[in-house]
Amino acid sequence: MAGVNLKIDGVEIEAPVGENLMQAATRAGVRVPGLCQLDGLSVVGACRLCMVEIAGTPRPRPACATPVGESMDVHTDTPRLREHRRVLLEMLFAEGQHICAACVASGACELQNLAAELGVDHVNFTPPPTRLEMDLSHPRFGYDPSRCVLCTRCVRACAEVEGAFTWGVAGRGRETHLVADLGVPWGEAESCTSCGKCVSACPVGALFEKGTSVGERRVTRALVSTLTARRDRESHREVLK
Amino acid sequence: MSALRAAAGAASGTAGAAGGPPPADDPRVALLTTQLKKVRYRADALIDVLHAVQDIYGYLSPEVLTTVADALQLPPSRVLGVATFYHLFSFEARGDHTCTVCTGTACFVKGADALMAGVTEAYGVAQGATREDGSLSLLEARCIGSCGLAPVALIDGAVVAKATPDALIAAIRTAMEASESAEDAVREAAAGEGGAA
Amino acid sequence: MSGGVDLFDLAQKEREEQAVYRRTVLCCGSTACLSGGAQATQDAIRDVVAEKGLEQDVRLVATGCMGLCSRGPLVKVRSRGEDDVLYADVDADAGRRIAEQHLAAGQPVEERTLSLEHPFFARQVRVVLENMGEIDPNRIEDYIAHGGYRALRDAVSTMTPAGVIDVVQRSGLRGRGGGGYPAGSKWKLLNEAKSDQKTVIANGDEGDPGAYMDRTVMEDDPHRVLEGMAIAAYATGAIKGYIYVRAEYPVAVRRLEQAIRQAKRHKLLGKNLFGTDFSFDVEIRIGAGAFVCGEETALMASIMGQRGTPVLRPPYPTERGLWGHPSMINNVETLANVPTIMRRGADWFANIGTETSRGTKVFALAGKLENTGLIEVPMGITLREIIEEIGGGVAGAKAFKAAQTGGPSGGCIPLKHIDTPMDYDSLLALGSIMGSGGLIVMDEDVAMPDVARFFMRFCMDESCGKCLPCRAGTYEMYELLDALVTGRGTAATLVRLETLCEVVRTNSLCGLGQTAPNPVLSTLHYFRPEYEALLVPDGAHLAGLPGAHVAAAAESASAFADGSERSA
Repeated sequence: MAGVNLKIDGVEIEAPVGENLMQAATRAGVRVPGLCQLDGLSVVGACRLCMVEIAGTPRPRPACATPVGESMDVHTDTPRLREHRRVLLEMLFAEGQHICAACVASGACELQNLAAELGVDHVNFTPPPTRLEMDLSHPRFGYDPSRCVLCTRCVRACAEVEGAFTWGVAGRGRETHLVADLGVPWGEAESCTSCGKCVSACPVGALFEKGTSVGERRVTRALVSTLTARRDRESHREVLK
Repeated sequence: MSALRAAAGAASGTAGAAGGPPPADDPRVALLTTQLKKVRYRADALIDVLHAVQDIYGYLSPEVLTTVADALQLPPSRVLGVATFYHLFSFEARGDHTCTVCTGTACFVKGADALMAGVTEAYGVAQGATREDGSLSLLEARCIGSCGLAPVALIDGAVVAKATPDALIAAIRTAMEASESAEDAVREAAAGEGGAA
Repeated sequence: MSGGVDLFDLAQKEREEQAVYRRTVLCCGSTACLSGGAQATQDAIRDVVAEKGLEQDVRLVATGCMGLCSRGPLVKVRSRGEDDVLYADVDADAGRRIAEQHLAAGQPVEERTLSLEHPFFARQVRVVLENMGEIDPNRIEDYIAHGGYRALRDAVSTMTPAGVIDVVQRSGLRGRGGGGYPAGSKWKLLNEAKSDQKTVIANGDEGDPGAYMDRTVMEDDPHRVLEGMAIAAYATGAIKGYIYVRAEYPVAVRRLEQAIRQAKRHKLLGKNLFGTDFSFDVEIRIGAGAFVCGEETALMASIMGQRGTPVLRPPYPTERGLWGHPSMINNVETLANVPTIMRRGADWFANIGTETSRGTKVFALAGKLENTGLIEVPMGITLREIIEEIGGGVAGAKAFKAAQTGGPSGGCIPLKHIDTPMDYDSLLALGSIMGSGGLIVMDEDVAMPDVARFFMRFCMDESCGKCLPCRAGTYEMYELLDALVTGRGTAATLVRLETLCEVVRTNSLCGLGQTAPNPVLSTLHYFRPEYEALLVPDGAHLAGLPGAHVAAAAESASAFADGSERSA
């Protein structure tokens, strides 16, 4: 496959055509923060935490959704980007109620990791005064809307990997929220196969396994990526046969 | 479309009077089926179909959304996602009368806030809500494009141009009184016929 | 000629039929005038015409918008061998008098007339609106009699697609939806895309509150939109067209549906047009109340029956659009320019306007002016000329303060820039945009922070919620503006607001978020003292503000502000 040469934070790297900047950066040993992107799922470019600067382009671009290009000069960690990411993360915190001390995902939470990484130790915005009610109707899993960061990884895992389309996005703007089927309690969603892929894909503690308490969430996020990679590989082999 | 709605309204009136679930021969079902056939059950016609549902039933109920999802072979979560994305779709029955205040820029500059506040105070109904007795819904529109006549409001779809709070309140009163006297007339006519039922 | 229609015959027949009448009464039947009672006016005139037995003598036409909406209903009387007479504020009584005196006795009702030399009319140049107030939008024959569909016929039967694109490129026509992208270049991109499933989309999702240019064109001259689309389709190789119309415009939907039926009947849409291989069909798609659907990718999602959330570009629609096929989205007004450009030539069009902004622009002139309504002016006309001459100055002896263009994505133009020419680049240099054509004039009574809050509430309500900066940022900016306007804001609030403007502008996924801070940035730039006058001392009143963190916010925000680039 044809390749291109580019520079990421000063590191010269060769990348195959079609790879995105996030993947190239990872191979170059540069970590770009991100939340909505998960290998194996379609790319939405919605969290805007992985924005990077490319010399010669007027505004930053999301690394997860920008293909590599010949002679690109990419900067992933400028003072401006860092500050914008901090503000974005603060706003994300203020959209919900994120109390690490009471969360199953504590210690295995991508939001928590990002906050540590970007040095967000306080939030300058006012979160909503009340917690939303948890949905504990499913026999095995629970959903806490106050912890949801609207990355839609669960929605995509449900649709693209399991093919159930149980989870959907409803409302709009600040009223955007997850729904199961026609907005029914999760346990009553007829389309749900209880496969748990949504729970694996969740970067925070919004979707969790019942019976786990604070800090007990298992990190199984690679599951979705592994499944899709295996599916692609094996279906390819089938074709060859 | 208004004819559809009138037919549907009459049907729901009968169903309501009977006090039970809508009868199996609810003409609204046939109206919706006609619409579904017209779009050949194509999933990409979902928004058109939702408009039709709102015209026929007045609002989107979970039951009808399920019907639509099945008919168009769409996951229920996608149907709800689309229905809740667009502001014109309503999930509750509207009041007998609606007062819609335009809050476009021209109307804003010319005092749409005062119109809204005036109606809220006079009729005790909050913006976007329906009065408890179901007589009036107070809604806002994003610009109905009659900016030369700003500020404007719509009462049951009829434009009140260059409105003042007093004029608007008076116009609502007129609309409400008109329907009351129409109801009285119907009642009197029914009584006159002997009212055997 | 081949193809089953002879337009010249049809046009000639229509003109002969119209010439039989001695007088024609053109009654404005546009939405604004109908709201003002134009139906009663028409009925009154028709009654008198019937009473006096003038049916053979007088033709009554309900036409499209005549422009001066604030003086509606408008009525124009055209008599053989005489100058047109225009009447304003014609209620039913006045209509009756006009019919009795003018139509029956030939005596104009002087005190109701409005001179056509009035600057409101005299200063306008009509390209897109050339048929407004002249034709009956319900009749294709009237459009054809006024030269309609001739441009399409000539393009299809005598020109190559490349030739058509060349005319559009040389005309200098730019997108009228706001961005100002050269129309010819877009057409060329679609032309070059390899597919046999290309589509052309007319964007009639006019969401800017206070603007109704596209609605008027769709309602009052629907065939012009169809003809523009068909020409675009021929030039680009598209086989299918969609018109996306706001659900708030039911009359536009009805008129377009009717126009499509008529055009199909006359074989001006459909298969093998004018006896050639060129086939083209148009379908209408109706929105359901979402401003963001004016954005190209959101609009396409909505046409496909999905949530109107934008997706990342590239790929651009001309590469991957509707159902994955190459598509092109043009604003309704852009397409409405095309038939006239093709008929009168690229040079004629390019001579109107300025070097970089050719042609005219339709504005919905609203707000605190004597004359408000729909106007079409050559690009490059100054704001002062629009306000003082066409608009008749600020109403009620108040002073002009600012004009807002571009709606929630635009900015304001203060008094000191009132002599700015209205073209794409000059407006951009002032921190505003041409936008789709909303032009709202504000007088000294209007507080600019209120205006900024109004637009931010709009953007917050209309944010689709997909990307974080717009979803959360418009809300937080609204909260900060609300704190300022209601006397709860400190110096730190203002700093924080400016930080957020920068974050949201830079990082949002689509145009809605990227431009949402514009009204704030622009009013801050020109009217900063108004904001500063609202500030309360730090710590005096922090209800609703992130109290404990205010100082920290100010610190981090100012640190950020120093090191970042500023918007123009």
